[in-house]
Amino acid sequence: MQRFANPNKFMKLSGPPLPWIGGAAALFILGGLGLALFAAPPDYQQGEAVKIMYVHVPAAWLASLVYAVVAGASAVGLIWRHPLAHIAAESAAPLGAGFTLICLVSGSLWGEPMWGTWWVWDARLTSVLVLFFLYLGFIALSRAFDDRTRGSRAAAVLALVGVINLPIIKFSVDWWNTLHQPASVFRIGGPTIAAPLLWPLLVTAVGFLLFFVALLLLRMRTALAEAKLRALRFGGG
Amino acid sequence: MGDFLAMGGYARFVWPAYGVAAIVLLGLLGHALWAWRRASAALKDEGKR
Repeated sequence: MQRFANPNKFMKLSGPPLPWIGGAAALFILGGLGLALFAAPPDYQQGEAVKIMYVHVPAAWLASLVYAVVAGASAVGLIWRHPLAHIAAESAAPLGAGFTLICLVSGSLWGEPMWGTWWVWDARLTSVLVLFFLYLGFIALSRAFDDRTRGSRAAAVLALVGVINLPIIKFSVDWWNTLHQPASVFRIGGPTIAAPLLWPLLVTAVGFLLFFVALLLLRMRTALAEAKLRALRFGGG
Repeated sequence: MGDFLAMGGYARFVWPAYGVAAIVLLGLLGHALWAWRRASAALKDEGKR
């Protein structure tokens, strides 16, 4: 681990693969959504409204996954004072907020024709809205102090407290009566969704994941460059 | 083509969902690239002094 703790090493290692990861992300997202729009059949109950799922579900997966990354990096930063950890958490958070926003808006656009309402205060929808506010709180708190280290630590504590929300999101559809349908892909016994509908979903999800990795690396590189700049200008060095 | 755009009558829900996804993802990408170019240009400037 310590080998990657060195910011200079990180800059050297993260640069070359970045355009490849970004290119693969574009390929998978365009390929997955292309399959979804042009090849996937309409659902026998939902008709063509099912097309919204191909955006909604990968965004929802990434929304939770990115939060786990933010919380994990925050824990590493608090416990081991790893120099890149808080930078990773703070670079990831706006990306997670973006995926959560896509999830909420696309879900709402699906809810109106399918459920007859844009929004209900049920367990799944409410816990994802809480996730969105956790991201915003994390971003605000990390920037709220003149002393950056204090801001990073305060935000990291918030991220760890908010981890309790992740199992609530995942199991909300089992624990409470909710309008939201239960899991149909990541479930015991395998997916219940038909293969021609599942493939475009998985390809898009891989694309979203690669998009996240590419932008996380780019944002971390930017944060390190800005830190170096501050040290040059105000560090007296 | 018209059939495709109509999305079985769900056009006004399907296309905004894809539109919002595109706007958010491209916005995140654009901002990250802009911030990176600004930071690396400033760093280069600082090196010249």
